Amino acid sequence: MSRPRRRWSRNSIEMSALRVLKPLGIAFFVIVSVFPFYYMILLSIRDISQVIQSPGSLFPSLDELSLDAYERVLKPTSEGGQGFVRFLINSALLGAGTVAVTLVASILGAYAVARLQFFGRRTVHVLFLSVYLFPPVLLAIPMFVALSRLGLRGQLPVLVLVYVSQTVPVCIYMLRNYFETVPRSLEEAAEVDGCTRLGVIRHITLPLAMPAIAATSLLVFMVAWNEFLFALLFLVDNRSNWTVSLGVQQLKNIETPATTLMAGSVILTIPIIILFLVAERVMTEGLTRGAEKG
Amino acid sequence: MASSIGLRGRVGKRRALSRARRDSRAGLWLVSPTFIVVLVMVVLPVLWAVILSFKRIRLINLRHVDLFAGPYTFRNYDRLFSSSEFGRAVRTTLEFSVLGTTSAIVLGLVAALLVRGSFRGRGVVRGLMLLPWVAPVVALTFIWQVLLSPQLGLVNAFGTDVLGWDSPIPFLSQEHGNLSLLGVSIGVPTALLVVIAFDAWRSFPFAFLFILARLQAISPELEEAARVDGATPTQVFRYIVLPQLWGVIALIAVLRFIFTFNDFDEVYLLTGGGAGTQVLAVQVYSFLSARNDIGGGAAVAMFMAAGLVVLLIAYVRLFAAREEKA
Repeated sequence: MSRPRRRWSRNSIEMSALRVLKPLGIAFFVIVSVFPFYYMILLSIRDISQVIQSPGSLFPSLDELSLDAYERVLKPTSEGGQGFVRFLINSALLGAGTVAVTLVASILGAYAVARLQFFGRRTVHVLFLSVYLFPPVLLAIPMFVALSRLGLRGQLPVLVLVYVSQTVPVCIYMLRNYFETVPRSLEEAAEVDGCTRLGVIRHITLPLAMPAIAATSLLVFMVAWNEFLFALLFLVDNRSNWTVSLGVQQLKNIETPATTLMAGSVILTIPIIILFLVAERVMTEGLTRGAEKG
Repeated sequence: MASSIGLRGRVGKRRALSRARRDSRAGLWLVSPTFIVVLVMVVLPVLWAVILSFKRIRLINLRHVDLFAGPYTFRNYDRLFSSSEFGRAVRTTLEFSVLGTTSAIVLGLVAALLVRGSFRGRGVVRGLMLLPWVAPVVALTFIWQVLLSPQLGLVNAFGTDVLGWDSPIPFLSQEHGNLSLLGVSIGVPTALLVVIAFDAWRSFPFAFLFILARLQAISPELEEAARVDGATPTQVFRYIVLPQLWGVIALIAVLRFIFTFNDFDEVYLLTGGGAGTQVLAVQVYSFLSARNDIGGGAAVAMFMAAGLVVLLIAYVRLFAAREEKA
């Protein structure tokens, strides 16, 4: 230790400032990210009159808490509830349908872009991604016109197609990255053994890329579940086909107690957060893979 | 098969050729489902929207009017460019997307730097910080509405009880407010700022994720060398780390700008487009729903798409020019 050390060098000041600021900063970001969710759950189990009386109470007494709001929000309208079970089923069906169609299209497409030399291979990839350049409201107008004219507004399968078009490009992008990591020699060996192209995809590429496919499916499901604009434009007149998102938003405008709707929001949010926690690592890696190279 | 033994060379060549052709054909077959979906759900609607923006179409005559043929008219565009409401929406959209994007990137950068080193519970912290980005926008906006509500909101309860505000602030319906800091009072567009803050909060995880991924790919040797040579932490950040992040930051800036520029959900769900927050996407919706004017809505939407393309080209030009200089 021959280097002379001043006690208050710029370095030591910065180091000690960082030592203090770093945990504070991390705490700040965690609180800012998590607190609204805590508040949501809290309101969903508090009584509305209590909330109005003391809106600032963050740790209410245990006997104030109840699950009544969940009962009110889930019960069918015929029994005086808000019928959210129906909305949950709709959202789940929409999500599952979108995942199924998107997966088939994007697995085939991603395999082609990753492996096969075909005319327009590079352009097609960029072309698909340029889908995100167009404002969704722009696409919504002609669709709205066409569906109104055909009398198909309010139907869930149409919405599946809209969601597929919005999710396929990013899925091809993510899956292509993974397919490129599957060793080519394995596929070639299978081909020599007499596998057809689809056979190779099914028996070799898919099993090896399974984690990626699972993560991509969850991402697609989340997008479909969270989507609001198209659901609003196409489904609003048909309450029995509302999604959970649409249900929460529509009932907000009518006189529904905030605590009831908070329960609805919890029901809307929890499935997504669970799915995300399950697949976080693979999903985020698939998305950011391109960014690491700078 | 047996007869081809003597001609192996030629057959091999022909086979290689046909293999390339087969690959090409298979490739086209395999992308065709995606291609069809994108064509039907994106390309055709865009082209059709161009036509619609030149026609007088209202919701009432939708059933009778010819949706493709003329008469065409510039009326929708004429009316837009002469309306002050449209000019305001353009300005609001730019303010919303530029400020939203910038603050999301700054927050994401700070968060990524904080989480970069290893510490206990790092994985959990990282996961928690991504929550605002993955949760449904309808739920998030509703939570913010309640938090900021003058009657039952936590923020106003805290403000009036602890900070001594005279009266609750209607954050989402107040167009202009006064911010007093150290005796100086300045006018602020309250609702717009709240909407921008919401966008920054919801999308900082996106920037955080990408910047963190890039940070982890940087090799630590350069930084260690700089530290040994006596560079302080801020100097290392300024001269070693940040230059390596510009690429990913530029990428996020473009992506986030596109998404905020086109965003409908956040503004519509928080304020309904009132109190000086009407962005173009919300204006399109109000043309469709409140005014029943499909042609007018299509004109605004076309303007958005064209404007975005122009901005992106300008950005790429500017960026490419700077790259060349450097």
